[in-house]
Amino acid sequence: MRARPVSETGSANPEGQCRARPVRGLAAAFAGCVVLCGCRQLDVLRPAGPVGAAEKTILLNSLAIMLVIVVPTIVAVLAFACWFRAGNGKARRLPDFVYSGRIEAITWSIPILVIMFLGGVSWIGSHDLDPYKSLPSAARPVEIQAVSLDWKWLFIYPELGIAAVNQLTVPVGVPLHFSLTSASVMNTFFVPRLGSMIYTMNGMSDQLNLQADQPGVYYGQSAMFSGDGFSDMHFAVEAVMPDRFDAWVQSVRGTGPTLDQEAYSGLEQQSVAASPSTYGAVEPGLYDRIVRQQIPPAPGSQNGSPSSAVSPRTEADNVR
Amino acid sequence: MFGKLTWSAIPFDQPIPLIAAGIVAGAMFAVLVWVAAKGWVPYLWQEWITSVDHKRIGVMYTLLAIVMLLRGFIDAIMMRSQQALAFRAPGYLPPEHYDQIFSAHGTIMIFFAAMPMMIGLMNFAVPLQLGIRDVAFPTLNSVGFWLTATGALLVNISLVIGEFARTGWLPFPPLSEAPYSPGVGVDYYLWSLEISGAGTLVTGINFVTTILKTRAPGMSYLRMPMFCWTALASNLLIVAAFPVLTATLAMLLLDRYLGFHFFTNTGGGNMMMFMNLIWVWGHPEVYILVLPAFGIYSEVVSTFSRKPLFGYRSMVIATMAICIISFTVWLHHFFTMGAGADVNAVFGIATTIIAVPTGVKIFNWLFTMYGGRIYFASPMLWAVGFMVTFVIGGMTGVLLAVPPADFVLHNSLFLVAHFHNVIIAGVLFAGFAGLTYWFPKAFGFRLHEGWGKAAFWFSMTGFYVVFVPLYVLGLSGMTRRLQHYDVAQWRPWVLIAAFGIVIMACGAACQAAQLVVSIRRRDQLRDVTGDPWDGRSLEWSTPSPPPAFNYPVLPHVEDGEAYWTVKQRAREQGGLHEEPDYAPIEMPRNSATGFVCAFFATIMGFALIWNIWWLLVLGAIGAYATFVVFAWRDVPEYVIPAAEVARSDRANRNARREALAAEAARS
Repeated sequence: MRARPVSETGSANPEGQCRARPVRGLAAAFAGCVVLCGCRQLDVLRPAGPVGAAEKTILLNSLAIMLVIVVPTIVAVLAFACWFRAGNGKARRLPDFVYSGRIEAITWSIPILVIMFLGGVSWIGSHDLDPYKSLPSAARPVEIQAVSLDWKWLFIYPELGIAAVNQLTVPVGVPLHFSLTSASVMNTFFVPRLGSMIYTMNGMSDQLNLQADQPGVYYGQSAMFSGDGFSDMHFAVEAVMPDRFDAWVQSVRGTGPTLDQEAYSGLEQQSVAASPSTYGAVEPGLYDRIVRQQIPPAPGSQNGSPSSAVSPRTEADNVR
Repeated sequence: MFGKLTWSAIPFDQPIPLIAAGIVAGAMFAVLVWVAAKGWVPYLWQEWITSVDHKRIGVMYTLLAIVMLLRGFIDAIMMRSQQALAFRAPGYLPPEHYDQIFSAHGTIMIFFAAMPMMIGLMNFAVPLQLGIRDVAFPTLNSVGFWLTATGALLVNISLVIGEFARTGWLPFPPLSEAPYSPGVGVDYYLWSLEISGAGTLVTGINFVTTILKTRAPGMSYLRMPMFCWTALASNLLIVAAFPVLTATLAMLLLDRYLGFHFFTNTGGGNMMMFMNLIWVWGHPEVYILVLPAFGIYSEVVSTFSRKPLFGYRSMVIATMAICIISFTVWLHHFFTMGAGADVNAVFGIATTIIAVPTGVKIFNWLFTMYGGRIYFASPMLWAVGFMVTFVIGGMTGVLLAVPPADFVLHNSLFLVAHFHNVIIAGVLFAGFAGLTYWFPKAFGFRLHEGWGKAAFWFSMTGFYVVFVPLYVLGLSGMTRRLQHYDVAQWRPWVLIAAFGIVIMACGAACQAAQLVVSIRRRDQLRDVTGDPWDGRSLEWSTPSPPPAFNYPVLPHVEDGEAYWTVKQRAREQGGLHEEPDYAPIEMPRNSATGFVCAFFATIMGFALIWNIWWLLVLGAIGAYATFVVFAWRDVPEYVIPAAEVARSDRANRNARREALAAEAARS
């Protein structure tokens, strides 16, 4: 085989030293920080609904499955590097040790077994948590049509005949069925504490099923970069008890402006950090006309300083 | 006359790019003046710019990579500091500038830092390791390098003239289409990558041919050093994947320039097709980067453990398995597009399968160390740091490949932390390890160890301090590319990450100090034997630096560790093998083709970006004329006389003999 006897040689290398420990200490310190702060801060690991909860479980299970192999590997790397350093007189040198069928069998089979196990988790999880799959519930889902605009979110409640910009109010304990599209460029609808995100694309309608189980105000955002105003594409999700939700619907319906095609073409214009607002009525079928491009895709950048052909700028007062 | 180009293209109202560009331009001008004043222009022209020597081209690639790495790192510092300042505040970079910075950071780091670093090291080491005198197509090699440099130049010109893309490092339509990105930024991106992509493709073809067809006598496939195997796999991927990139970007160019509808919102365009196509290139791309890195680690771990690589055949199988499977996983970049459960699950599982051969590689390095005698020179430190860190990055990668987990982590800072974890620990650390490892071979003196080790510890610590907070932020729901934010719970972690980049900057400063100190003390650090690390593959049998022809006579390879075998025999016999018969050697002549070609390519790219059509025609005529002149050349080669070969080799043999005697005297 490839082995050749080794003799001491006149190498220019300094004596080997075991200096890997600080790395391990550092990693442990960070792990500690993560665990300490984790429960209070990590939105993804603090789900407020069944979809997020299931995803958290899969995430932690997959992590645990892999840690079983990853932790011993890291320990072995550090231990071998430390023990077989040139300065250690006690280490047994095996300069001919270049092949071992038994070790090869193990090094191939352990990752394969882990991946087969994880593949099962992956397959089942993908099907259980398919964003298109409706959630099991006795209650009838609330229909919400979400449209990403430059740079704000429009939420239409088609069955309730109302709509809202940059605010999403939902009842607790009732499934939410989202249809999502985009007026212009791609975005991603994502409420970390509720679970799954999904892309919005012009001329297409995606679907997403979520549910909030605890009342509260949750942070929602776009997770796909969509241009200069992207950082302000976030919104508050208010999850309220069903009776308060009904009261909210009543208070919105019939008050304020109507969302028709004219109002929509005003919304389509690029603007940043639109304050939350509601519409007391919605032109029926508006969402479908956006998806079918009967309303053309939103115009892009119109402002331009110094020159829109070279480098259009967002007007300074639009940006906070 | 000048197309879209007017004075308004120069951002006089934005001090940061102007000052930065001023400093860069000033520094470049100063260097040029200095070179001219010292009378070094003819030397540079003859020995470097027109050189077709694979070693010189390798060095130039690496130099380009280091300069671009610095540029990309400055972008990174700006991004981290902007986010540190922009909590409920606008920060100091307005969105249209910040968006250019993160787009440029990604583009530069992948295409003009990581790629040239790996290709540079392959260029330098692969022909030496194969025991040959040059690559299969030496002039093409030079063309490939200079086209890459053209791409880098165009990206940096965008700093002052016009703007760079504001779309992210991959220009996803419809955002990158003309209605939503009417400026020249995306055009800069597209033409830079079309030109440098052509350069990368010819390099890939060159290396595949070199490795398959021009190895030294006796160098069978299973006797090639592992770095050559990984270089082969990587270049096969280049040949297969880069045409996809070129074609995809060409389609976007047609959309933007000629009103086609490949990826537009209207007219039957489909943005999802761009997503698929770009990642059909994009995922193999990460293996194009990381496979040569694996090769470098294989060389380093084996050399510094004083053992042959454990499980060589396993490594070969794992390398080629990764090469093939990497083409079947692209969809994991957009699980959240709504593809359906079956599709997501299949691609998720295919992705996790790549973890198997990768895991096998880690275990093989582990058992290479087992029973070894490990010397912790700085290349070995980078390698051990890599193994520990890369395992974590691989784990988070597999986590992201589980679709339901990806549904909450996609596009978050968790993802950002993951790919920096694998690219920094995998590719960048390998680049540093490879630089330190082959530096004495290239220049005849070693790099200073103390500064090298300091650089390692700062980089390693800084890496964790930057990216562990990003993992945490991703789990807190923070998405990437935010110019400002107002979620209070993110703030402390953003600040820690900003502090971390200060530590990484100390690492970069140590690298700079290492280079300066090493050059000043080059006489103490001189590598007289040509074999500073007690190496095992053929490059260590040549003097440092090797002569233009590499080998006086082509070596006859007898087994997997070509030079180690020869060296051991010399040690046992107490003397070198007999002097060979020297013959004159034919070597390819220098050629300005690459440089001139790239000059015209730069003109063409600039003309296309700014719609200056007459200049485009001039550039095209010039490029074609260059090709014609090269094709009709009369004397492609020159001859090195046998006496010159003999003189060079006798000096090398004397050095080896003395080293052997000194070694025998010590033991």
